[in-house]
Amino acid sequence: MTDSTGAAGSSAAVIGPSSTVPRAGWHVATVSSTRRETPSAARIELDVDGWPGNAAGQHLDIRLTAEDGYTASRSYSIASSGDGTRVVLAIDRLPDGEVSPFLVDVVQSGDRLEVHGPLGAFFVWRPRTERDAARPVQLIAGGSGVVPLYAMAQAHADADDPTPFRLLYAVRTPDDVYFADELAAIAAAPAPLRLDFVYSRRTPPGTATPPGRITRERLADATIPAGDRPIVYVCGSTGFVELVASWLIDLGHDPRDIRTERFGGT
Amino acid sequence: MSFITRGFSGRSRERDDRLPPGQTLVGDFPVLSAGPTPEVDTAEWEFTIRTESGAQHSWSWDQLTALPIEDVTTDIHCVTHWSKLGTGWRGVALDTLFEDVDTDYAYTMAHSYGGYTTNVPLEDLLDGKAWIAIEFDGEPLDPEHGGPARLLVPHLYFWKSAKWVRGLEMMEDDEPGFWEQNGYHLRGDPWKEERYW
Repeated sequence: MTDSTGAAGSSAAVIGPSSTVPRAGWHVATVSSTRRETPSAARIELDVDGWPGNAAGQHLDIRLTAEDGYTASRSYSIASSGDGTRVVLAIDRLPDGEVSPFLVDVVQSGDRLEVHGPLGAFFVWRPRTERDAARPVQLIAGGSGVVPLYAMAQAHADADDPTPFRLLYAVRTPDDVYFADELAAIAAAPAPLRLDFVYSRRTPPGTATPPGRITRERLADATIPAGDRPIVYVCGSTGFVELVASWLIDLGHDPRDIRTERFGGT
Repeated sequence: MSFITRGFSGRSRERDDRLPPGQTLVGDFPVLSAGPTPEVDTAEWEFTIRTESGAQHSWSWDQLTALPIEDVTTDIHCVTHWSKLGTGWRGVALDTLFEDVDTDYAYTMAHSYGGYTTNVPLEDLLDGKAWIAIEFDGEPLDPEHGGPARLLVPHLYFWKSAKWVRGLEMMEDDEPGFWEQNGYHLRGDPWKEERYW
């Protein structure tokens, strides 16, 4: 609940919702497909009637309504971006959750869902325009926090954008990687992206580094150095983001260059 | 345009009437931030109200905490759909801080250490509706939750309760702050579900 707020931003270009960002609104989404993403997560593709398109990194709200009128709403990051009405979500089933188990286990093709969005204009990335300085971009994901960062990496690849990108993805095991095939394809695409994994519980066969939680040293080794002045996007649990953001500052990154998105609650 | 979602029954049937529409109860205290958590030393902390005349009313940490401290028990509501009921805070009422402030402006911009801003109408800060909070749940406020001091405006969505607050600037017009420029509602009344523009 609640907490809000954050810092940053003073050096970032401010984008008013009334100007360049499509206005958020309520829409009816039809589920076009759903499939297993990881042992605990599903990928759900929606066709959203009237969707104005969205930038990489934005999110939406889903509102579910029971027969007696009871409703439950949650926010989810969007894994897709661009124009058009196709919206991709990847949703982790939280063990005590009320909404995520329904979305992962019950929802099927043809179902209709109420969605509100697109939302958020700060934790976003857009392909380079003439005016932008060519600062590199470092993405740092913890677990399911990869979803909005995958959207950015995919947008970067799709635009064949020359901005140097690097994604550090902290995840429990290879089976828990979201968008594994897509990430491999992005890493092989012409747009410059380097992909690093930190596995906390089990590594792929043949990996020299043993599994282990991310440390400041591993973070330093697997990210763009502060001296290159990257814009850094961090997304994951509150604990992960707090830790990583504090290490980034220790490593010399300007706090204003670090953008965070944190999960909270169930 | 609301319609029934096939197969959804939901979990909690007991709807607490303290819960605004679209909110779900939570026990813990999730954090929504746009950047890293700033570390602010109370030795250097200062809170300033700046008016249209250029007058500045400032309090050091010791000066603030020497003012009357009120106990506040209140429900808090995050725009991300989570609510927490009966939370316990201690802080200085904005009424106390505005006692000697002379202004004709009706709006404020709250500024925070770290650069965050949010706009709040003055009437939402006075008459016992808002505090500079320095304790949560009997403990000094964690940096993660906005410590050493945050604005507490619990009748609005909690992004208005600016973490790491360092001042209020009087404004003639209601201009959007950081979160509002990034899509959140100018006022943010949870009972009207004023989440986004």
